[in-house]
Amino acid sequence: MNGYDLIVVGAGIVGACCADEAAAAGLRVAIVEPATVGGGATACAMGHLVAMDDDPAELALARLSLQAWEAFSELPEAEFSRCGTLWVAASADEAAGIAARVARINASGGEAHALDAQQLREVEPALAPDLCAGMLAPREAVVYPPRMAQHLVRRACARGAALHRRAVQRLGRGGAVLDDGSVLRGPVLVATGCALPRLLPQLPLRPRKGHLVITDRYPGQLRHQVLELGYADSAHGSDGSSVAFNVQPRPTGQVLVGSSREFDVDDAAVSPPMLARMLQRAFRFMPALRELQAIRAWTGFRPATPDGRPYLGAVPGHADLWVAAGHEGLGVTTAPGSARLLLDLILGRTPAIDPAPYAPSRVLP
Amino acid sequence: MVERCDVAVIGAGPAGLAAARTAAGHGARVLLLDAQPRCGGQVWRHDVAHRAPHAARSAIRAVGGKVDWRPHHQVVAADGRRLLAETPEGAVAIEAAHVVLATGARELLLPFPGWTLPGVTGAGGLQALAKQGWPLAGKRVLVAGSGPLLLAAAATLRRHGAEVLGIHEQASAARVAAFAAQLWRWPARALQAARLRAALTGVPYRCGSFVRRAFGTTQLEGVELHDAHGTRQIACDHLAVGYGLVPNIELAALLGCALDHDTVHPRVQADELLRTSVPGVLAAGEAVGVAGLAAARIEGALAGHVAGGNEAAARALRPARVRARRFAALLARQFALDPRLRALADAGTIVCRCEDVPLAALDGCVDARSARLVARCGMGACQGRICGAALAELGRFPRGGLRRPPLFPARLATLAAFLQPTIPEIEP
Repeated sequence: MNGYDLIVVGAGIVGACCADEAAAAGLRVAIVEPATVGGGATACAMGHLVAMDDDPAELALARLSLQAWEAFSELPEAEFSRCGTLWVAASADEAAGIAARVARINASGGEAHALDAQQLREVEPALAPDLCAGMLAPREAVVYPPRMAQHLVRRACARGAALHRRAVQRLGRGGAVLDDGSVLRGPVLVATGCALPRLLPQLPLRPRKGHLVITDRYPGQLRHQVLELGYADSAHGSDGSSVAFNVQPRPTGQVLVGSSREFDVDDAAVSPPMLARMLQRAFRFMPALRELQAIRAWTGFRPATPDGRPYLGAVPGHADLWVAAGHEGLGVTTAPGSARLLLDLILGRTPAIDPAPYAPSRVLP
Repeated sequence: MVERCDVAVIGAGPAGLAAARTAAGHGARVLLLDAQPRCGGQVWRHDVAHRAPHAARSAIRAVGGKVDWRPHHQVVAADGRRLLAETPEGAVAIEAAHVVLATGARELLLPFPGWTLPGVTGAGGLQALAKQGWPLAGKRVLVAGSGPLLLAAAATLRRHGAEVLGIHEQASAARVAAFAAQLWRWPARALQAARLRAALTGVPYRCGSFVRRAFGTTQLEGVELHDAHGTRQIACDHLAVGYGLVPNIELAALLGCALDHDTVHPRVQADELLRTSVPGVLAAGEAVGVAGLAAARIEGALAGHVAGGNEAAARALRPARVRARRFAALLARQFALDPRLRALADAGTIVCRCEDVPLAALDGCVDARSARLVARCGMGACQGRICGAALAELGRFPRGGLRRPPLFPARLATLAAFLQPTIPEIEP
């Protein structure tokens, strides 16, 4: 008797949120994860809860998700810290675009304010003195993703979910076959991030490598997570390797410094030249970073889809097969909204947001 | 700035000094790098109050003027074969035809209740502090742990005015006697042991004895000792406790050198000419397995010959090396740790001092990575050097996350200095 209402494959932050949401809805849930819960991209992530306004669909998903994250703001495991997000302009073009971005975020139900040079200096004194414009989203936050994923899996299990410490060997008719030969029967939701092609090769997905460095403890050095306004477009918009300024104050007082993006690199090793390039970009915006002591650097792989949106919904051509993967750099932010949307679809509820932009069918002929 | 040389020797202890001198003797342009301000490494660390031993002075004198000695150079990263060192003047990149890793060893510290109290240090740790001028005159110091280095530490502490209450060796009296009975095979070691015993006249040396607990409110006040006769408490100001040495393999791992994992603490894999698995990279001394001063000096010379291009001279040192290495086997056998030491830490004992992680927080962790993700264990400034080795010794899991720069905490500016073909301009 291995019958379930939902078999969630993969226990990163996305799978964990889906399993938690499904268990809360009263479903009999199986979670299949052979490795550390929250041990993939979730463990390597910065853990920012940030709404990007470049794409209306992404913004809607982020908004839905950020509301859901509020439920965890007092949870110790989340290490939720409401540092706000400060976006800074690196060029006159970016500065000129701030008013429209502020309007978009406020219209979506978020909160954002434009800042002039003096206000920038007041809210974040370590910024380079020549930076002259920015945007502050004061309600945004950072969390610690792996512990959050572990908490959600524990909570799902407390509500009856079964955690299977095996890998899925293949998807079979009406369920999943595990690597020990056992079979779990029921609808399957694949949430395996970068490993998606192993089970669903028809959905294009490429790993996009990133680097991060964390410093020793410098309480008060940094007040907000700070990104350059060109983060998504000018910095990380191309297919080539890129770096963008993105720093974050951790609740420990440490400063987390990013970011880099590279396609077509398999090697998980830290690349010193890429690290150097990323840091030089960061110094441009925040020269004081130069003197901080780095204690650790690491890399991770983001699951990237061709259009940058995750796959959320039914896998075409298969009954009872669902997917929630391909969140690239926004998996932590948008995991709760993704789970909500998926469960709406699975249970036949009215979707909280329009599911069409995320439908996996969009990439299939 | 990129510095180019024939041979870069990393570490200026006995092995590094010998390697640098030998390679330079073959006409090689040698850079000798060490994070410390002076040559000598740990065993020959400069003592502010006392003259260095004759061997140290002559080894240091021998490199004078012949090699390019670079103090305050901490190698923190590597890209391929290019090394990046942090110095007080900024970052320096180094490219060498041969790299000799003479990175030595560090102390093995094992967690027990109270081990994080101020006043508790490593045995070698307190020895190093004493040499640097830490005031110990009149302080009551208990030395504990394992291995012959306890004698050297105790002698230094006494010379600096400490009242050494006793040396508590965890190995049994039978094991220590068996070790002593073999010492005649290494006359220099036997002589050294005799000198140390003479310097420690009146200091009790207890075998089969270990510290179970350290106590004190804000500062160490005393320890609980356990031996065949039972448990007793003894008041002291300092506890200097070390359980032997762990090879420093981090730079080797970063360079991609294969490691031997047949022992609890990995060693750099090297062939009979001390070549590692990475062409052009050699390793000598404790990094290839803890064997003490004599082996380190021979191996340094051997690696120096190889790096200097004189393989015949290197081969001639092989028999001496084999003999010196036998001493390592004897050490490992006779000072093997009592299994009870691995059970001293209780659920509330801190294992990761950087992040204040108690042992109980690691329940369910299957490897070093899950310990980091679940409990932040090993995520602090020591990068898991202390807790990683301790947890491996406790039989939990091997240390992980080795192949990542920076090897030591380093300024972000240093890591940003890695030269690359093109640095894209950033629009102001």
